[in-house]
Amino acid sequence: MLSKQVTALNEDIKSDFRKTLDAIYRNESRRLLATLIRLPGDFDLAEESMHDAFAAAQTQWQRDGIPDNPRAWLVSTGRFKGIDHLGRNVRFVALPDDFDNYLETGSLDTDAEDIEDDRLRLIFTCCHPSLSSDAQVALTLREVCGLTTEEIAHAFLLAPTTVAQRIVRAKGKIRDAHIPYEVPAQEYLPDRLDPVLQVVYQVFNEGYSASTGKELIRHDFSGEAIRLGRLLIELLPEETEVSGLLALMLLHDSRRVTRTSPDGDLILLEEQDRSLWNRQQIAEGSALIKRPFSSHSIGPYTLQAAIAVVHAEASSANETDWTEIVGLYDLLLHANNSPVVELNRAVAVAMRDEPEAGLALIDAILSRGELRDYHMAHSTRADFYHRLGRNRQAKAAYQQALSLTRQEPKRRFLERRLAELKK
Amino acid sequence: MTKDEWDVLNGECIACGDGLRQSGHYPGGNALQPAHTATTVRVRNGKASVIDGPFAETKEQLAGFYLLDARDLNETIQLAGKIPPARLGSIEIRPIRELVP
Repeated sequence: MLSKQVTALNEDIKSDFRKTLDAIYRNESRRLLATLIRLPGDFDLAEESMHDAFAAAQTQWQRDGIPDNPRAWLVSTGRFKGIDHLGRNVRFVALPDDFDNYLETGSLDTDAEDIEDDRLRLIFTCCHPSLSSDAQVALTLREVCGLTTEEIAHAFLLAPTTVAQRIVRAKGKIRDAHIPYEVPAQEYLPDRLDPVLQVVYQVFNEGYSASTGKELIRHDFSGEAIRLGRLLIELLPEETEVSGLLALMLLHDSRRVTRTSPDGDLILLEEQDRSLWNRQQIAEGSALIKRPFSSHSIGPYTLQAAIAVVHAEASSANETDWTEIVGLYDLLLHANNSPVVELNRAVAVAMRDEPEAGLALIDAILSRGELRDYHMAHSTRADFYHRLGRNRQAKAAYQQALSLTRQEPKRRFLERRLAELKK
Repeated sequence: MTKDEWDVLNGECIACGDGLRQSGHYPGGNALQPAHTATTVRVRNGKASVIDGPFAETKEQLAGFYLLDARDLNETIQLAGKIPPARLGSIEIRPIRELVP
């Protein structure tokens, strides 16, 4: 009886230990990897050393208890494991200047600030502009977020071998082209931050509106991007566009549950049930853009977030302050002149004035030869014709839009619109 | 190419370099890392842009080369951005490859 109780007690302790170790792994593994890459500057070696360190922790901590500072223990163990690997498997690696000192003492600058800098080093290295944007996204998801190759492949509808190859090539380029593991100097920071924010937003959009396939929303990726945004704010609190991007993602995400019907059909902004929008995310997003606006450092992400705030504050599409939205689009065009921004501005102008005004703006974009293959340009045009009662032209434009998209929910939406016109 | 064939070719390249140096025909030169290691720098309106890969447009021509001694790719990008033709065409950065005898 007693021995059974002791066994049960032991099982409990074991399972508690397992849970604690899992939690430490979840919290610390990305940080640990980022630090282990710095010394001695090799992604694969760092990965091996990290797994060795956690394997060692599993046996040693179970026996001796969890140390007071698990992070420092893991960093130091991981580094020694790395030296073991180097000794067994001599190869040319770029060793940092203080490596000799490190070999003697076994410990180096492991204070909190350095370790946080390592996370930034990892992000800026994974998003280096000399890597292709596909490689930046795959590498960031793998190394910074800790996703598996299979998870990344599934999200992007690619074969796992393709993703694995992309990551191997990117790591090869980091090594062969001597991409340094560093946070860019202040004067280069704005330029280097651009691709980082682009990667985060691309990951978000992949979760929010997958470019191909049946499901419109892939939840995990939006969440992953928001986590990345929070990490960046923690690491770069002064950069206002980081706040702008996180605000934009939160505001979009606040409408997530209302964007599709239970059958997976697309629901437009004007038809969404606004009482279901996530008010907490809206409040957080609105608060985040206050500082960029008060410091007059307003970039494209902040402006897009501000537009989303105006929508979030309106009780319906008709009660939306379209004049304010058109004004924000004017600023956005000034900061980031793109035909897609022009198209969105045309929608706002049509809401503020009349559909004819929007139609004229879209026709002007199309006549320049831009956005001709973009389904949204044609479906927006169709919406304007529909509102004007010009159904024949609306039908032709919806059909053109349909021929240009492969996204299933969008196709069903356009087919529904076409069916309504036939009634 | 197999590893052995590659080693033989490498050896021939080193010997060829030695021969050219001895005959006084070889002021300098290096093997380059493959094209996938390339980074391209352009300067437009005073702003440097960096993209991955070599420049492959057929209308562009190789007009010359600089041999730079830099700490890493970031320093090389900063140096390459100062080369005046970066404002008109592109500067392709390629690391040199050590020929190991």
